[in-house]
Amino acid sequence: MTVLEATLNAVPHPILVPYITGGVDEHWLDYVHEAVDAGADAVEIGIPFSDPVIDGPVIQAASVRALERGTTPDTIFRDLDRYRGSVPLVVMTYYNLVHRYGHEAFAQRLANSGVTGVVLADLPVEEATEWTQAADAAGVVTVLIAAPSTPDDRLQHICDQSRGFVYAMGVMGVTGERATLADSASVIAKRAKAATGKPVLVGVGVSTPENAATLVTAADGVIIGAPVMRRIAAGGSVAALISEFRTALAPA
Amino acid sequence: MTTSAMAPPSGRGFFGGFGGRFVPEPLMPACLELEVAFRTAWADPGFRADLAALLRDYTGRPTPVTECHRLSENLGVRVLVKREDLNHTGSHKINNVLGQALLARCMGKRRLLAETGAGQHGVATATVAALLGLDCVVYMGEVDVERQRLNVFRMELLGATVVPVSSGSRTLKDSVNEALRHWVATVEDTHYCMGSVLGPHPYPWMVREFQRVIGDEARHQCAELGAAPTHVVACVGGGSNAAGIFAGFADTDAELVGVEAAGGAAVGGNLVGVVHGSKSMLLQDSYGQVLEAESVSAGLDYPGIGPEHAHLAEIGRATYPSVTDDEVLDAVRVVSQTEGLIPALESAHAFAYLLREVGRSIPRGSTVLVNLSGRGDKDMEQISDLLSQRKEAQ
Ligand SMILES: Cc1ncc(COP(=O)(O)O)c(C=O)c1O
Repeated sequence: MTVLEATLNAVPHPILVPYITGGVDEHWLDYVHEAVDAGADAVEIGIPFSDPVIDGPVIQAASVRALERGTTPDTIFRDLDRYRGSVPLVVMTYYNLVHRYGHEAFAQRLANSGVTGVVLADLPVEEATEWTQAADAAGVVTVLIAAPSTPDDRLQHICDQSRGFVYAMGVMGVTGERATLADSASVIAKRAKAATGKPVLVGVGVSTPENAATLVTAADGVIIGAPVMRRIAAGGSVAALISEFRTALAPA
Repeated sequence: MTTSAMAPPSGRGFFGGFGGRFVPEPLMPACLELEVAFRTAWADPGFRADLAALLRDYTGRPTPVTECHRLSENLGVRVLVKREDLNHTGSHKINNVLGQALLARCMGKRRLLAETGAGQHGVATATVAALLGLDCVVYMGEVDVERQRLNVFRMELLGATVVPVSSGSRTLKDSVNEALRHWVATVEDTHYCMGSVLGPHPYPWMVREFQRVIGDEARHQCAELGAAPTHVVACVGGGSNAAGIFAGFADTDAELVGVEAAGGAAVGGNLVGVVHGSKSMLLQDSYGQVLEAESVSAGLDYPGIGPEHAHLAEIGRATYPSVTDDEVLDAVRVVSQTEGLIPALESAHAFAYLLREVGRSIPRGSTVLVNLSGRGDKDMEQISDLLSQRKEAQ
């Protein structure tokens, strides 16, 4: 079992993972710390890409802001040297950045920055081998995504190959908040839980603390991205937002 | 000459080291389903017959090969032009759309989704959607909506919904992003009708197969004229008209030349990258952020190139030089005034290369087959603006 998986398994309550776009403004690492202090069990850090095809308007805007500030994988890795939290960090990005950086070099940089896992939004299981070999060698695990459209046999394969946890996409659609929680979120969580003993976290479309509370009856936890990035864009308190979710997901 | 230069891709969709399927998981099942549907349809004589009938009766194929006597005389090479401008809707794009729309119908999809740059693919998709009674939504960058207004109106008249894209460069690249985002949410009832040899497997292969009718016809027509082209020249945005005509000549001695816009010369940049579903040559910065292409021609304003072209470049079977916007404008005028053919700005890239290279990389006495991928009507307003700007600058 990987360290990330063991760490998540040891969490005594439903797992809460906020997502923050690296470099969105000069305080971005402070937001990470606020989230950790407010009870996040892990933090997902986005490395912005020019063409984020699975992201909706809120995270697209955060990516644009970050890129316009000159954010690169290297500036994010450098900033991460000042990370003082104890919960695991997982990086989320798109494959071209990894490809361009070089698989080995990217994996090594992640490891040196204390990142334990990575989600590559556009690298499906079929194409992942070259990357996962490099990542495994550096001690970084690759988390795979299961979607509502993923058929059963494929879901089983993804759950078997995923490391750390399984990222269950809650809705067929881009990242972003929704007025109501899609039924597909609980359905994919249950299907993934039936396929694996690894933690199953639902991300995409988890918009409110109530959504989160509903979902953790089926999943081990949730990933919240757009609500966090909307809060940051509005200049609001990340700590307060995470506290609300934490309260909703208080000891099961 | 190798007959396998344009063979089908590997099982995972690779042409040599390029291609594959790099899409978010929610789209993977649709890509796998599409591959099965295409393999089945393409092996089915009934599907082929339906498509052939539409190509004949609806778009007016075969398109002729025109011998360009005056241009030939002026240049000292024999110039033959494959007339894709004579297709219904005015470009080669409809060849591919008819194939994909029939396939969508076989798969039970009731909606077509497309991205468009110049608007030609959008118009072709809107047209065929109307023909087959399918709904149609087209994503188009705001910059392109502005410079191709006439095509926006055509699409709307045909009953399609045109969605302007305001993100990023607001051109073709970003319209593909938006189309992919939309597809994730609608994949159950919607077929993404991709307009070029781009995207995840099976698109680059499937679109080339739907466009190979250009090359197959031209091969036959050239033979009837007693001409064996020494050069086959086509413009390259994503590369579908080029792939289509190259497919008919890959096993001959002809030099295959794909002409890129100088501001979007992916092969010239010589960097491998992954965007929009496949691994290919891609304009990008040192961290892999995709760069914005810049070209007068909306249809070539794209930072990448189809993966099969990256492969053909790597094995040396085809070359991908570029021409400048100025050379393109000159070519529009020359071809219009010498042959009475007003090329689309995209297609004019192929002619610009010919005009520049005769006596250089194209020796006198050569036989050059140029793909006239589309007619210039859509570009009249823009060309007139550009020519008057140029006059003012002088
Ligand atoms: C007339 C014409 N030619 C060429 C292109 C470029 O596409 P491709 O490279 O796929 O042929 C376009 C695209 O809009 C077009 O309208």
